[in-house]
Amino acid sequence: MTAFLKLLARNRLALAGLIVMGLVAGLALVTPILPLADPDVTDTANRFKPPFSEGALLGTDHLGRDLLSRLLHGTRLSLAVGIAAAVVAATLGAAIGIIAGFYGGRTDNVIMRGVDMLMAFPYILLALAIVAALGPGLMNALIAVAAVNIPFFARNIRGITVGIAHKEFVDAARLSGMTDARIILTEVLPNVVPVIVIAMSTTIGWMILETAGLSFLGLGSQPPQADLGSMLGEARSALISNPHTSIVPGAMILIIVMAINLLGDGVRDALDPRLRSGALSRPLPATEVRRKGPVPAHDGEGLLALRDLETRFHVKDRVYKAVGGVSLSVRPGECLGIIGESGSGKSVTALSVMGLVASPPGVITGGAVYYDGQDLIGAPYSTLRRLRGEKVAYIFQDPLATLHPLYTVGDQLIEAIQVHHPVAKSEARARAIDLLKSVRIPNAESRIASYPHEMSGGMRQRVGIAMALANDPDVIIADEPTTALDVTVQAQILAVLDDLRRDRGLAIVFITHDFGVVAQLCDRVAVMYAGRIVEQGRTDEILRAPAHPYTSKLMECVPELGEGRRRLEAIPGLPPLVDRLPDGCAFAERCHRVQPDCRQGELTLEATNDSRKVRCRHPEPITRERAS
Amino acid sequence: MAGYILKRLLSAIPVLLGITVIVFLIMALIPGDPATAILGSYATPENVEKLNRDLGLDKPLVQQYFIWLGNMLTGDFGTSFALNRPVLDEVLERFNATLVLAGTAFVICSVLGVAAGVVSAAQQYGLADKAITFVVLLGISIPSFFLGMMMILLFSVNLRWFPVSGMWPIYGARDIWALLDHLVLPALALAVVATGVIARLARSAMLEVLRQDFIRTARAKGVPERRVIWGHALRAAMVSIIPVLGIQAGFVLSGAVYIEMVFQWPGVGRMLVDAILKRDILLVQGGVVFVAACYVLFNIAVDVAQSLLDPRIKT
Amino acid sequence: MTDALRISALTKSFDVGKRLFGPSKAQVRAVQPLTLTVAENETLGIVGESGCGKSTLARMLVGLLPPTSGTIEIAGAALDNADPAVFGRKIQYVFQDPISSLNPRKTIRDILQAPLKHLHRMDGPARAARIREILAAVNLREEFLERYPHEFSGGQAQRIGIARALAADARILILDEPVSALDVSVQAQVLNLLADLKAEFGLTYLFISHDLAVVEAVSDRVAVLYFGSVVEIGSARQVFAAPRHPYTRLLAQSAPVVGRALKAPEGRETELPDPLNPPEGCAFRARCPRAQAICARQSPELTAVGGGVELACFNPLDVAAPDTA
Repeated sequence: MTAFLKLLARNRLALAGLIVMGLVAGLALVTPILPLADPDVTDTANRFKPPFSEGALLGTDHLGRDLLSRLLHGTRLSLAVGIAAAVVAATLGAAIGIIAGFYGGRTDNVIMRGVDMLMAFPYILLALAIVAALGPGLMNALIAVAAVNIPFFARNIRGITVGIAHKEFVDAARLSGMTDARIILTEVLPNVVPVIVIAMSTTIGWMILETAGLSFLGLGSQPPQADLGSMLGEARSALISNPHTSIVPGAMILIIVMAINLLGDGVRDALDPRLRSGALSRPLPATEVRRKGPVPAHDGEGLLALRDLETRFHVKDRVYKAVGGVSLSVRPGECLGIIGESGSGKSVTALSVMGLVASPPGVITGGAVYYDGQDLIGAPYSTLRRLRGEKVAYIFQDPLATLHPLYTVGDQLIEAIQVHHPVAKSEARARAIDLLKSVRIPNAESRIASYPHEMSGGMRQRVGIAMALANDPDVIIADEPTTALDVTVQAQILAVLDDLRRDRGLAIVFITHDFGVVAQLCDRVAVMYAGRIVEQGRTDEILRAPAHPYTSKLMECVPELGEGRRRLEAIPGLPPLVDRLPDGCAFAERCHRVQPDCRQGELTLEATNDSRKVRCRHPEPITRERAS
Repeated sequence: MAGYILKRLLSAIPVLLGITVIVFLIMALIPGDPATAILGSYATPENVEKLNRDLGLDKPLVQQYFIWLGNMLTGDFGTSFALNRPVLDEVLERFNATLVLAGTAFVICSVLGVAAGVVSAAQQYGLADKAITFVVLLGISIPSFFLGMMMILLFSVNLRWFPVSGMWPIYGARDIWALLDHLVLPALALAVVATGVIARLARSAMLEVLRQDFIRTARAKGVPERRVIWGHALRAAMVSIIPVLGIQAGFVLSGAVYIEMVFQWPGVGRMLVDAILKRDILLVQGGVVFVAACYVLFNIAVDVAQSLLDPRIKT
Repeated sequence: MTDALRISALTKSFDVGKRLFGPSKAQVRAVQPLTLTVAENETLGIVGESGCGKSTLARMLVGLLPPTSGTIEIAGAALDNADPAVFGRKIQYVFQDPISSLNPRKTIRDILQAPLKHLHRMDGPARAARIREILAAVNLREEFLERYPHEFSGGQAQRIGIARALAADARILILDEPVSALDVSVQAQVLNLLADLKAEFGLTYLFISHDLAVVEAVSDRVAVLYFGSVVEIGSARQVFAAPRHPYTRLLAQSAPVVGRALKAPEGRETELPDPLNPPEGCAFRARCPRAQAICARQSPELTAVGGGVELACFNPLDVAAPDTA
């Protein structure tokens, strides 16, 4: 709760809204004890006095009543009615929504059909019908406004509840012996309440407008009692001759509703966990670059070469060093594997190459990426865009999420060709069919018209590969392309990639967490831990005799088929958080070979022979052969 | 596609019946006796009883409903006692005027709202975003009737750019230019709130979409940024924007009631408010059912548009 | 030895295209008639790819999904979850996604207390003592108790999930892909913990996974599922060392192994059958290199072929067939 208030206070606009709202609400509360004229006493002799007149600060209306007094009393009324309507609508709507969403099935069906029926009315028709039946009056306007808003709340809350009711923790609660009623109260409700509060805080303003509207039409508060809406309604006839009688209540409504909306947005931002972490910001077209140190020179090695690449994430006041100085290179026709666990920085390294790390929060803070001798980090967006897909192409992990759901795969392939080559659509189409054939998609001519959701995971990933091949790139960066797939499908995809590399002389950077995949596909491999390469070399050498204790332990953790039932080797502890990296070796905490000197100073990636590099002061003995 | 439209039209039948039931039930709640209200000072027990019989009000509720429904299906919505004119004629004439006003406002708010939302999202935290966010906040906080009044004051009374009220000039030709001249202010006043709501939603829908993996794929292909935003991202965002356009159409139609009052626009909203104040029940019933039915049909059109956009919806 | 779990002719169908009233338009069989037993103190591994029905099976066993037909017996009595407070003491479930199986708005103490409170009606001090024991069993520090789930890593959260299952004091645990969301170094920790707990408390496991190597490492017996049916079941060593069913062999060969050359293990159609329009005969025949005429006409029944292995195939591989063909 205090965290919530702190967050709210940090948002300056919301704070302004809170202050204004506090002032207005305070004034409304103390109105009855303020030394004001009676709001309903008419004095026709003094009608339409302008503002700042003697004895009437805001002037008087068409019956000579004091506008200031009427304004404050009207504000009191409007606030009370608006808030009451919001509370009633939110409570009833939420109750209906939770019940429909939690029980699902026929209960849900029947309730939601009813709600849909009510939502089939433009809301004011329903409100007018209710007022027509109950008769004009402020209370009836309140009932009408609350009633027409119940369906909106019910539908909103139902949606959230359905999501929560299908969460695994609800199943777990059921298995913990809880009854439905208790699950609703203790498991579902606490997760729905923030949504209810958000929905309410963002609609109170709307409710106030609606009740004011009904009063404006003469269907709400009845004379002589006046809320802000009916004050405006009465002033309308004198709009041209005495505009101040309209402006005063109208401006008040504007101020109140605006303050409430600002406050409501602040409440929403503070309660929504996604907004809270600042996650809901759009990524820039290319990752932001803020290089401080000197740009490392190109040593002429490799078609694509990373030199001391550093990428960080700035989230609030924390800095995550996702990639902490990575140097790699890959030659034409070569497959380089990058292996590591989640959070090791392997994907961020791959995405940094073409500036595809989401930014904010990602920032490239150092190093260089040379493609064919040209530094891509800090290259203008236009250069980067020209090379993306044309020279360096990507294949991503989850093929359903990475293809556009609303374009056919053919259109997506054709676009990939046409953004780099001004060819006719028919020609691009023919090329797209060839591409689909080259990744062994059966019936390519008809498959080209399919949407991604109409294909299986394996077929979608073939489309992803075809798209990467569209412009005959020199380098393909594959970011865990088979992780989301079943093993039998994975084997096929790997075979396709391997053939393509041999046929076309592609350089492939293959990111994975699976040693089996690396062993089968990659010529060389780099092992990453906590944002850095800890070991690098020829795949067969590393697999045969890992030098870094992390590599050797990690390989022992992986169960391999054919070894029977057994106890697995485990690495104790957890990887360090990259916003709080320890001094010295990041793996020291979990290492079985740790020595006191491991925890001090910078460790460098030392070459042990012409192809092998290790970042360790006490590597595994070289003679050690791993039985496999 | 034709099959899908037909299916949606058929599924609208229960909704339309539901609407008539709801309207009928609400009206049946009315305390007192419509005949007494109609006859006013002419109400004698005999007159009241006769009128009740003429109106069919002595029959059981269920029977009354089916008679009313049957009559409506044959185009007989009854006769407005206050106007002494068939309800349907009056509603059709008034609805025409509302359609001109609300339709214009709807087009304005859809185009402006979506465009503002996209620009705002693409320039998140930039100058354009801040300006749009502020204007939008102002838009959703101002009562449309107050805005309308202020516009009259500024543009009609002080600047004399547009007429103060009405749909047509009192003298002179009733051509399209005269209509446009009268339409500008009320349509703008009506569009402002919905524009704000749509812009906010479009912004957050765009922000949501821009974080998706397929946007990264488009960028990785080398698609130019303009096309990423206005092509890939907007198209995906429209999936969540279109249903809101349907809901906002209802809000525009609702807001038209206030705007018609402020600008003396001869639309169905003003007719309904007058009818309520005069307790002209048949006119209220007929007007509400007619407009609600039109809205249901409009929402079917929205669903069809959605299914054309999103191939994942089964047609 | 008595059977901890006995499943006979269990099926599950899902409705497709629901209507408000009346029967739905079509049905999809997620689980075909399935018969299995799990002996007390045994670990039965269940492997299969996505869509094979393994999670549906697991959810039926713990009463989260009602079966369409067939029976489930737990420790000799038919499954009866009418009283959740009784049912939860017999069988528990460990979920795949450790984070989403913990309510984000409850502390770890609240989460662990729930089964003690509702299943065992323990009072405050008894609960506190029991929670200490359980935490020690899963190697978690007591200071974690007042924290919320988002403060934990996947491996820690999965330990909490396991601790919750232990708190119910059930003898039978259904483990639904318990390590597939975890990194390998953490996965090994959790698997070893599960092995320790089994030995310490005499538990029975039904271990579901898509990862053959993991299943092999933890299971006594293994059942291979394809398209809702068991195609092969037997001792873990036997099934993987000498697969008899062509699908089992395909699975075994697809798993990437260090030191084996890369090749596409099958050249034929690779799509799963359409569940809305299931094929006649054996569901695997379209992908099967050994398919014969009979496979298209008739579904093979699961039959014992000796050595404790049961098989559903008309034309199985030879016992001596090498697994790396």
